[in-house]
Amino acid sequence: MTEIAFVLNNKKISVEAEGATRLLDILREDLGLTAVKEGCGEGECGACSVLKDGLLVNSCMVPIGTVAGCSIETLEGLRNSDEGRCIIDAFADSGAVQCGFCTPGMVMASIALLRVNAHPTIDEIKVGLSGNLCRCTGYDMIIKGVQLASERGEGIW
Amino acid sequence: MKKRISDSIRRVDAFDKAGGITKYISDMDFEDLQYGRLVRALRSHARIKSIKSPKLPDGYYFITKDDIPTGGKNEIQQISNDWPVFVKDEVLFYGETVGMLVGPDRQKILDLEDAISIEYEELEEAFSIDEGLALKSGKIYGEDNCYGDYHLNKGDVKKGFAEAVTVFEEEINTGYQEHVYMEPQGLVGYYENGKYVIIASSQCPFYIKKAISPVLNTDQDNIVIKQATTGGAFGGKEHFPDIIAAPLAVAVDVIRKPIQVVFDRKEDLSFTAKRHPSRGIFRTGLDAKGNIVAMDVDVTINAGAYMSCSNIVLQRAIFSINSVYDIANVHVHGRSVATNAFPSDAFRGFGAPQGLFLAEMHMSHIARNLGISPVEYKRRYFMKKGDTTITNGIMHDEVKLEEMLEKVYAAGSIEEKLAEYTPGSGRGIGISFYQHGAGFTGNGEQEIIKAKLKMLKHGDGNVEILLSNVEMGQGLQTTFPKIAAQVLEIPIEMISCDNPDTSKVPNSGPTVASRSLMVVGKLVERASRELKERWDEDEEVEVLVNYIHPEGCEWDQATLQGDAYPTYGWGVCAIEVEVDPATAEVETKGIWTAHDVGVAIDEMIVHGQVNGGVIQALGYGSLEKLDYKDGKFQQNTLADYIIPTSMDFPMMSSQLIENPYENGPFGAKGLGELVFDGGASAFADAVEYAIGKKVYKIPVTPEYIMEVKNRD
Ligand code: FES
Ligand code: FES
Repeated sequence: MTEIAFVLNNKKISVEAEGATRLLDILREDLGLTAVKEGCGEGECGACSVLKDGLLVNSCMVPIGTVAGCSIETLEGLRNSDEGRCIIDAFADSGAVQCGFCTPGMVMASIALLRVNAHPTIDEIKVGLSGNLCRCTGYDMIIKGVQLASERGEGIW
Repeated sequence: MKKRISDSIRRVDAFDKAGGITKYISDMDFEDLQYGRLVRALRSHARIKSIKSPKLPDGYYFITKDDIPTGGKNEIQQISNDWPVFVKDEVLFYGETVGMLVGPDRQKILDLEDAISIEYEELEEAFSIDEGLALKSGKIYGEDNCYGDYHLNKGDVKKGFAEAVTVFEEEINTGYQEHVYMEPQGLVGYYENGKYVIIASSQCPFYIKKAISPVLNTDQDNIVIKQATTGGAFGGKEHFPDIIAAPLAVAVDVIRKPIQVVFDRKEDLSFTAKRHPSRGIFRTGLDAKGNIVAMDVDVTINAGAYMSCSNIVLQRAIFSINSVYDIANVHVHGRSVATNAFPSDAFRGFGAPQGLFLAEMHMSHIARNLGISPVEYKRRYFMKKGDTTITNGIMHDEVKLEEMLEKVYAAGSIEEKLAEYTPGSGRGIGISFYQHGAGFTGNGEQEIIKAKLKMLKHGDGNVEILLSNVEMGQGLQTTFPKIAAQVLEIPIEMISCDNPDTSKVPNSGPTVASRSLMVVGKLVERASRELKERWDEDEEVEVLVNYIHPEGCEWDQATLQGDAYPTYGWGVCAIEVEVDPATAEVETKGIWTAHDVGVAIDEMIVHGQVNGGVIQALGYGSLEKLDYKDGKFQQNTLADYIIPTSMDFPMMSSQLIENPYENGPFGAKGLGELVFDGGASAFADAVEYAIGKKVYKIPVTPEYIMEVKNRD
C-alpha cells in the first residue's frame, strides 16, 4: 500500500492503495463516485470514462499508481458545471438516453470532444464517441445530442 | 389545444441517467455486503464424480445443492422446471452452476475458486442441431431430443406440388447473437423481516418470485423482488436472472447477509444465454410463370441443454416463416432441438428475426433465379386485410406495405440507384419486409398472464401507476405516465410510475413480447379514464383494472391454429452497401426505414427504438460473429465479439406510418422487437446484389463474402 495524491474534481485528495489497483475501483468503491460505470473492465466500452489531465481515458485501464500528481475529472465534478449541464440537457432533449448505462461515459466523451473542437462535424463526433459503446440507441440521437450541445454551448468549452 | 399524444416530450429518466445520478444494481450500498460468484462445471457433458473444496477461511462459504432448504427443490420453476439450481449429477452444458462462493472479498473468492477441484467422468457430447437430432450424446430430452415438434399446414401442399413445374431447394442458417446489454447481469439478495428480498436488474420481477419459491420451499408471499434500474436487457434479462437468483436465494438462506452477484463482462459473454441459431430448409414449387404453388419448410433451432422458452421461440419462428407474404399452400415442420450447448433463450424478436431472415432470403433467391427484382416478386405476395395467415387465422390489420415502400423509395432515391447499380458491380441495395405479431402468442394474455394494474390518486392530486413492467431503456416510465396524463389532462410531473416492487404492485405481467406499451398501456388508458370519472369521489381514489381479451381473436394453443396475434407491426428497411473488391469489407452507405407501429406514443422514443433496433440487427447481420466450439463460446471479450460502434453505420432515415390499432392505447401497437426484424436480411440482400452471388447465412462477414465470391 502506498499513499497516492492527486486532484479529483478540482480538490486535492490522497488515497491509500496498491499501485496496480484500477482507478475505476478507487473511484467507485473507495470514493463512492458511481457515475463512473463498469461495462467491461477491459478498455472496450467507455462506460468508465473519466478525464485524466483533460484527456479521455478508460478508468478501468488506469492503475492508480499512474495517477499520482494528475488531475482526474469525473461526471460528479462536471454535472453541475456549464459544460456538464449543457450536454446533459442536450442529451435529454435529443432522446440520447435510453437505458442510461453508457450515458455518463458518453457525456464525458462529449465534453472531451467539445473542449478541443467546439463545432464538430458529424464525422468528427462519430470519431469522438467511437470508444464508447451504446447498445440501445444506435448512436444517431447521441450524435444529435452532441450537435445540440455544440449549438447551445457557444463559448463555454 | 390538447397536444397530440405522439408529440415528443423529454423522457422522465433522462436527466438523472445522463448526470450519473441514477443508481444501478452495482451502485447500491449495503451494510456488510458479501459477494457471490457462481462456480461452474467446465464440461459440456459429464458425470460429476467429486467436488473438492479447500478449507474456507472464516466468513467464506461454498454453497451447493446440499444447502437447499429442507423440502426445497433443486429445480428452477420456469416454463419448464428442467433447469436445476445446481448440477444434479450429470452436467449438460459447459458452464452449468455447481455452487456459489460467497464472502467479503472478491479477490479472495477468485483465489478460492481456483482451489476448488471437480472430478468428472466424461460423456459423449452433442452440439449441433444434427448431432442433437441424432442423439449423439444420448437422450437429453424425451425420446428424440425435440422439446417442441410442430407442423403447420395452410392450403394443400400436396396439390400445390403436383402443379409445380420446378422445385427449388435450399438451406439457410442464422448464428448465435449475444445481447451485450451494457450493464451485465446483476442481483442483490438479503433476508429481512422474515422475507427473502432480491433486487434485480431484470425484465420480469414476478418470474423470479415464481422461479425461486419451490427452491426455498416457501410461499411466494415470503419473497419480494425489487426492480433495480436496468441498464439494457433485450430479452437477456427475461429468464436468465432466475438462473442467478435461485442459487443466490439459497446462499441468502444460509448466510442471512446481503449478497451481491454481478457478472463481469467475460463471465457474461461466456456464460449467459444467447439468441437461438436456426436453420431453414426450403422446398418451393413454382409454376411455369414462376409463381409459388407450394412451400415446404423444415425449421430447426438449437435450444441447448434445457428447455427454457425455446418452444415459444420456435413457434414465433415458424409463424414468421412466410414473412409478410400470403402463400397459398404451405407446410412447415418446426423443431427445437436439445443439445449440450448453452441453453438459448429470449432475445429481442424471439424467433421472428430468424424466421424472417430465412423467409426474406429465400424469397429473394427465388426472384433472382427467375431474373426478377426481389422487390417486384415479393410485392406479388403481400399479405392484405382479410387474407389467411400461416396459422389459418385472419389478417385483421390494414396492411400498408405499399405506402411504406413508396416512402422508403422516395427517401433513399432507391429507384434511381437501382437503375444505376448493376448486380455484381460492388454496389447494391437490399430491401426487406417484415411484420411482428405484437404481444403474447394466441390467448396467452387471457389464459396465462391475466394482467392487473392499479392507479391511485392521492390527496394532493398526484397519481401513482402501479404495475410490474420495467423500464429497461425502452421508455415505459415516460410513456405510461404520458398516456395517463393525456387522459387525465394533468401534467405528467404529477404522475409517477416507479421501478416495481412485487410486494406493492399488482402483476401486470412480464416486460416481454412487445406487449408492455400495447397491452399494459391500454390498461393504463382504461384505468385513467375510470379515475377521471371518479376523480372527485374521495381524497384518495384507487382504480384496479383487469385485462380484457379483444373480441374476434380466436386461438387454439393445442393445434396452433387461429389468430396467433391480435395485431401486427409492419416494417420496410432499405440498406445500401458498397463492397470493397479486394478486401470484401462492406461499407453501409445508407439506411432508410418505414414502420407501422399503429400510433407513436412518443415519436422521439419510437425513433430511438427504430435506430437502436436496426443497428443491433445490422450487427447481427454483419459483425456479430459468435462461434461455438467444444461447448464454449469462442468470443468472450468485447474485443472479440464485435458490436456496432458510432463509426460502423451511417445515420438513418426513419419514417412512421399511422395505422391505429383499436385495442392499443391511443391506437399504439407493440414495436420494440419489430424494429429488429428487418435489418439483417436487408443487409444480406444488399450484399448479394453488390457481389452478384447468393448468401446463405448471417453474419455476412468479409471472410464469408470472400468464400461466396470464390464459389462457382
Ligand atoms: S469498463 Fe472500462 S472500458 Fe469498459
Ligand atoms: S442507452 Fe443503453 S447502452 Fe446506451
